[in-house]
Amino acid sequence: MVYLTRLEHFNAAHKLFNPAWSKEKNDAVFGICANENWHGHNFDLFVTIKGKVNEDTGFLFDVKKLSDLMKIHVIEKLDHKNLNMDVDFMRDKMCSTENLAVGIWQQLVPHLPEGVILHCVKLYETPRIYVEYYGE
Amino acid sequence: MTLLKAKRAILFTEYMTQKKVSVFRHEHFNAAHRLYNPSWSFEQNDAVFGKCNNPHFHGHNYELVVKITGVPNADTGYVMDLKQLSDLIKREVHERFDHKNLNMDTAEFKKLNPTAENIAIVIYDLLRPHIDAEKDLQIRLYETPRNFVEYPA
Repeated sequence: MVYLTRLEHFNAAHKLFNPAWSKEKNDAVFGICANENWHGHNFDLFVTIKGKVNEDTGFLFDVKKLSDLMKIHVIEKLDHKNLNMDVDFMRDKMCSTENLAVGIWQQLVPHLPEGVILHCVKLYETPRIYVEYYGE
Repeated sequence: MTLLKAKRAILFTEYMTQKKVSVFRHEHFNAAHRLYNPSWSFEQNDAVFGKCNNPHFHGHNYELVVKITGVPNADTGYVMDLKQLSDLIKREVHERFDHKNLNMDTAEFKKLNPTAENIAIVIYDLLRPHIDAEKDLQIRLYETPRNFVEYPA
């Protein structure tokens, strides 16, 4: 079993705001992240797949194809977008980095061929904050 | 012996006063923005600014490097106390721009396109009055790890 990781990146605006709560409660829980006019980040996305190495190619999976899948199904939907307003798979969800990592996992899983297993979605919101999701 | 000590003191002073040194402080802030010229049509904005013109905004982790150049003070050995510089950047830059929408939430960019170039110029103008006139100031601003600007050029 080998693990292979591809890094892509995107820039987006978001806010952490629960519409079922008052502005005061949102401010108390989310602080400056609840700014009604949004703020933004440079996100770095690490996607790790696992599987057996093909004897003919020496590849677990053509990493160019993994990059293309990430670009088509994730980056094009998120890059230079407002995560709360512009992204179909985040609609009616809280736009936390945790939920975004789960959403990205769900976008990618259907497009991986048999024998290529999605292992981890690791998403950096800032150089100092990141989450990992293993599909559990 | 006394003469030698005096000569050494003079040499030391000359050594100190002739050496210019640059000191740097690195800070960061996160903000949303949109690149948009209100005097142009949406189509022209799209043609020039592309996806940066998204009306719903996008955002960045900005990394800011502030460079101060001058001769170290003979008594302290400092060009500038970096804790004071850090406090100054937090007060003048971080509190204005962190977790803000640069277009909507800041006075500085109400009528100025918040490109990295213009943000760097604005930050320079915010900091300059608070730094000794004989010290040089330069701003390096990273919009992404791959795009950055410097002002003055």
